[in-house]
Amino acid sequence: MSDVVDNSISENNIKNYRLRMDESKYLPVVLLLPAVLIILFVVGIPMIYSLFLSFTDFTLLKSTDYNFTGINNYISLFKNSVFWQSFGKTVIYIAVAVNVEFILGLVIANMMSHIIRGQNILRTIMMMPMMFAPILVGFQFKWFFNDQVGLINNILFSITGRPVIIPWLVQKPLGFIAILVAEIWMSTPFMVIIFLAGILSIPQEIFEADDVDGASEWHKFRFITIPSITPFIFIAMAVRSLDIAKAYDLVSIMTGGGPAHRTELIWTYVYRLAFTSQKFALGCSMSFITVLLSFAFTFYLFRNLLKARKT
Amino acid sequence: MKRKKYVKSKYTLSNIILIIVLLIFFIPAIWIVLTSMRPNIEINARPPVWIPQDLSFSSYAALLGRVESAEEFGFGHSVPFIDYARNSIIISITSTFLALIFGTLAAFIFSSFKFKGKDSIFLSFMLARAIPGIALSLPLLILFTRVGLSDKVYGLIIAYTAMNIPFTAWLMTGFFGEIPKELNDAAFIDGCSKWGAFLKVNLPLILPGLAASGIFAFLTSWNEFAIASVITRTTVSKTFPVGLFDFTGEFVSDWRGMCAMSAIMLIPAIIFVILVQRNLVKGLTLGAVKG
Repeated sequence: MSDVVDNSISENNIKNYRLRMDESKYLPVVLLLPAVLIILFVVGIPMIYSLFLSFTDFTLLKSTDYNFTGINNYISLFKNSVFWQSFGKTVIYIAVAVNVEFILGLVIANMMSHIIRGQNILRTIMMMPMMFAPILVGFQFKWFFNDQVGLINNILFSITGRPVIIPWLVQKPLGFIAILVAEIWMSTPFMVIIFLAGILSIPQEIFEADDVDGASEWHKFRFITIPSITPFIFIAMAVRSLDIAKAYDLVSIMTGGGPAHRTELIWTYVYRLAFTSQKFALGCSMSFITVLLSFAFTFYLFRNLLKARKT
Repeated sequence: MKRKKYVKSKYTLSNIILIIVLLIFFIPAIWIVLTSMRPNIEINARPPVWIPQDLSFSSYAALLGRVESAEEFGFGHSVPFIDYARNSIIISITSTFLALIFGTLAAFIFSSFKFKGKDSIFLSFMLARAIPGIALSLPLLILFTRVGLSDKVYGLIIAYTAMNIPFTAWLMTGFFGEIPKELNDAAFIDGCSKWGAFLKVNLPLILPGLAASGIFAFLTSWNEFAIASVITRTTVSKTFPVGLFDFTGEFVSDWRGMCAMSAIMLIPAIIFVILVQRNLVKGLTLGAVKG
């Protein structure tokens, strides 16, 4: 009896396996083709073209008459101090923003998890900044930090009783802080939402057992909440790091990287090189270096994410 | 009953702080709407006026072209709001629709077929997502001009479809992975083909995921600025994010008009996010929940 059952199962398996092999010869390729073609057309070919241009002296003004210059663009970039500064500033920008968002996100999510009623409404309110386009956030904060009619200076005016004209977006450390504040305002909710989902997925019994043992809030937070949501923390921080590395819209609106490169990040500098300074090919080279770096980071990240999904 | 009281008193301070924090995240949205309804004199007043004295919808009426006053926005020209709205809506909806079809197909293939090179195609999709719009905008400006796609609505549709496919594929692969293998096996035993299984078994189960990735794709297109700012030139293809610049001048900006347009830009985002927030959270955290 058992022999018969075993046979039929293995026969079925073979059939399924063959079916799979037959179909897999062409069907997946055909179905994937449109997606692959569109991505090739919009991402693949342009990036190769961008690489090609980075070895020339192409500018928008003489777009038909350009020469090969080998790796001259790359050499001049590596000699360019603003190039290195913009990389450094981007790294600081990512590090500060991701860490502040992480701490704020964890604290707010933890506070929200104690709310028994109306949690959905609170979550919707919290998600408000996620609905803003980055360019909208840029315009809003440019206005809030405006030296003449900005919200921040207005509040200071009303508190102190005399006109306050602090050039938030111009003065040296203030401009960088202003774009960081805007970035953090825009993206902390993302962290909160992910962490809240993580905290709510922890079985309540664990906390109750700790309650019986008389554990403090801090103890529960440190030894139950944080270890339990580690995978959520990993995903949220990874996604955010990659997103902030792409930062352009918000900064370009608020300061445009200026004044005097004080808030210059990688992508605002690429734009400045390509369009404002009319060195299109140089912009392509810088863009290419950055894209390669973020490829390496993405590659590493998604390998880990895929592992997490499979196990 | 006893327990509830205990919980309440324990977290009072934390709840008060929470409310203040939430207000900080919520007030800018209210402030935008409020500003859009105040006259420019009041917005620019010094010392600042905090309590609105004179609220009206005239800025919205001016956007919609109801008021034929050149001075409405303070710099002598009207804003082609209707053109921006038409372009934004057509581009966002079409590219979302296309990205959902192609992205979901790709996700289905990634999760249910085994073939050579699958992992590398999947990875290259994710790498495509790592490239920011501003990096693409440089070569796209030249290539699109050569093939006649620059300053065209369908140029942006193609660009946004490509930008949205990878993320849709990533989210949907997660949702397909959630479907128990036994369900597909059962469909096979009942004589379903792979296609039949896809349409009858998988599709209904992934609808929530489809909603979430649809919203994501829509908002990406709706809010995209870097590519649009380089490729669009005229009202033929300009979208809302590019149009916001109409309110900024060299020395003065019309904050009221900009706030009115911002508020209108926010409406679909708010509606959609409220509708699908649960699926959105689920989709984003699928990779984190093991099992």
